[in-house]
Amino acid sequence: MKILVPIKRAIDYNVKVRVKSDNSDVDLNNVKMAINPFCEIAVEEAIRLKEKGIATEIIVVSIGPKAVQEQIRTGLALGADRAVHIETDAALDSLQIAKLLKTVVDKELPDLVILGKQAIDSDNNQTGQMLAALTGMPQGTFASEVLVADGKVNVTREIDGGLQTVSLTLPAVVTTDLRLNEPRYASLPNIMKAKRKPIDVISAADLGVNLSSNIKLLKVMAPEQRKGGVKVADVAELVAKLKNEAKVIS
Amino acid sequence: MSILVYAEHDNESLKTETNKLVHAASAAGGDITVLVVGKNCGLVAQAAAKITGVSKVLVADNVAYAHQLAENVADLVVELAASYTHVFAAATTTGKNFMPRVAALLDVAQISDIIKVESADTFVRPIYAGNAIATVQSSDSVKIVTVRAASFDAAANDGSASVENVDIVKVSEKSSFVSAELTVSERPELSAADVIISGGRGMQNGENFSLLHGIADKLGAAIGASRAAVDAGFVSNDMQVGQTGKIVAPNLYIAVGLSGAIQHLAGMKDSKVIVAINKDEEAPIFQVADYGLVGDLFDLLPQLEAAL
Ligand SMILES: Cc1cc2nc3c(=O)[nH]c(=O)nc-3n(C[C@H](O)[C@H](O)[C@H](O)COP(=O)(O)OP(=O)(O)OC[C@H]3O[C@@H](n4cnc5c(N)ncnc54)[C@H](O)[C@@H]3O)c2cc1C
Ligand SMILES: Nc1ncnc2c1ncn2[C@@H]1O[C@H](COP(=O)(O)O)[C@@H](O)[C@H]1O
Repeated sequence: MKILVPIKRAIDYNVKVRVKSDNSDVDLNNVKMAINPFCEIAVEEAIRLKEKGIATEIIVVSIGPKAVQEQIRTGLALGADRAVHIETDAALDSLQIAKLLKTVVDKELPDLVILGKQAIDSDNNQTGQMLAALTGMPQGTFASEVLVADGKVNVTREIDGGLQTVSLTLPAVVTTDLRLNEPRYASLPNIMKAKRKPIDVISAADLGVNLSSNIKLLKVMAPEQRKGGVKVADVAELVAKLKNEAKVIS
Repeated sequence: MSILVYAEHDNESLKTETNKLVHAASAAGGDITVLVVGKNCGLVAQAAAKITGVSKVLVADNVAYAHQLAENVADLVVELAASYTHVFAAATTTGKNFMPRVAALLDVAQISDIIKVESADTFVRPIYAGNAIATVQSSDSVKIVTVRAASFDAAANDGSASVENVDIVKVSEKSSFVSAELTVSERPELSAADVIISGGRGMQNGENFSLLHGIADKLGAAIGASRAAVDAGFVSNDMQVGQTGKIVAPNLYIAVGLSGAIQHLAGMKDSKVIVAINKDEEAPIFQVADYGLVGDLFDLLPQLEAAL
């Protein structure tokens, strides 16, 4: 079984991003970048399926400028077998990303595509579902458990009311939630080995996908800052303030 | 202009998110139709017909839609979407699941998780866990939009729309429902509660969450949690508040034994009044709290319950 794992280069989750002074976008100059945490979980899940003897090959794919090869190398060091880099400097929406990923799916014919549920920069939560629709695959989003057997995958999903399990025929799309697994760290020997694993670089412009977007970013503002309030001395003072000052309890 | 609003419900009751969606849709302007997709959801449709500002309710009541599987729902909505300029759904796990499929099948972008409607084509949405607020304009022929319900007021319930059945049935052979483990609780839902009390890693274990129960009962509050508390298995995942959990904006949010990580703040910093109880006076949660109480939660929670 072949697994395709799309990974995104995103801001490190510990970094608090700042808005540019001209309000055109956020400022990513000299900001620490990493694999989007949900994509790391996707890579880990693929590796575990390989360790269980269910998967035979793992391909990571990332779309973006040359710099995304850093994250691709991390994916390879974690255990992916080979990689595809779709190179573009354009800022793309999830729809264009999904269309580009579809070209890889059409070529590689994976049995399973595992994506993160959400990129922590755009907070879109769209690409996996869009890719599933474009390729005609069923989807199991926000997965906290993935069981592959008999040409099917059972996905337990984290939903607002609790958990839901769906059964999907392969090939299928799965998107990861945080509880699915805890990603490992790459070992030094594996980091060295990853340097020799192949990366197939393709220009996005050569894939016949319309890369123009109908969404225009008009401005990006800093959120309104909440003013820190006061410290209260004890429970009695807290309850009095909530009743008389904030008037949120009676 | 005409807007299709996807009703949020569980086949039994209509959720207040739907009223908030209608309010958001009315800000975009135009005629509003509510679509109810489910199985045995007649009561839901009747409730939707009462929402102020709705001119028509469409009901697709079929076993194929019992669990609102994304494949089936998306194909249905795509077929209906031709008559509308906008489709709005809540940014819940239901809306997030099927809406991007609708967008892709219509070959348009999706605008996720909006907190404000500037005009019929311009929307405001948080990015980077709410650390930046983007204003975006769409020139797509149909706008596929998910809405952060907590950011909108609820439309009232004094309308009387007509109800029509839709008999389009879409069934994917590739996906089927197996089971659900839903949390049953007497307390209000997180997304609808006026008061929320949330526990974090500082609660130490699941049993200690009972310290929050008495307070929640007195305040009519829902109980939430940080991701750390969910990951450690103290409580179930549906209680998680944050960037990747539920986004809430109650009148009162009481954060107990949680530090206030960026990802948690993203889910609750629009609450009207925030109270933090934490033994570390440097905890970042105090930077957003209106009232901070420094101390051991195991001393303070029983005192708080007694004082209410
Ligand atoms: C991609 C991604 C997405 C995430 N999404 C979310 C999300 O949606 N929601 C979320 O919450 N987190 C999320 N997280 C996790 C987040 O980064 C933090 O790890 C998490 O919120 C920390 O939870 P906590 O505050 O309970 O734990 P901690 O940070 O460990 O804080 C525990 C607090 O309890 C206090 N405490 C301990 N004992 C006591 C006591 N006896 N009395 C009083 N105070 C006490 C301590 O002083 C401390 O401040 C996400 C992380 C990632 C990487
Ligand atoms: N540029 C990209 N390259 C590869 N995969 C991506 C890219 N953007 C998004 N993805 C995948 O889609 C998931 C969801 O992203 P999004 O829909 O943007 O929130 C991510 O976790 C990745 O798995």
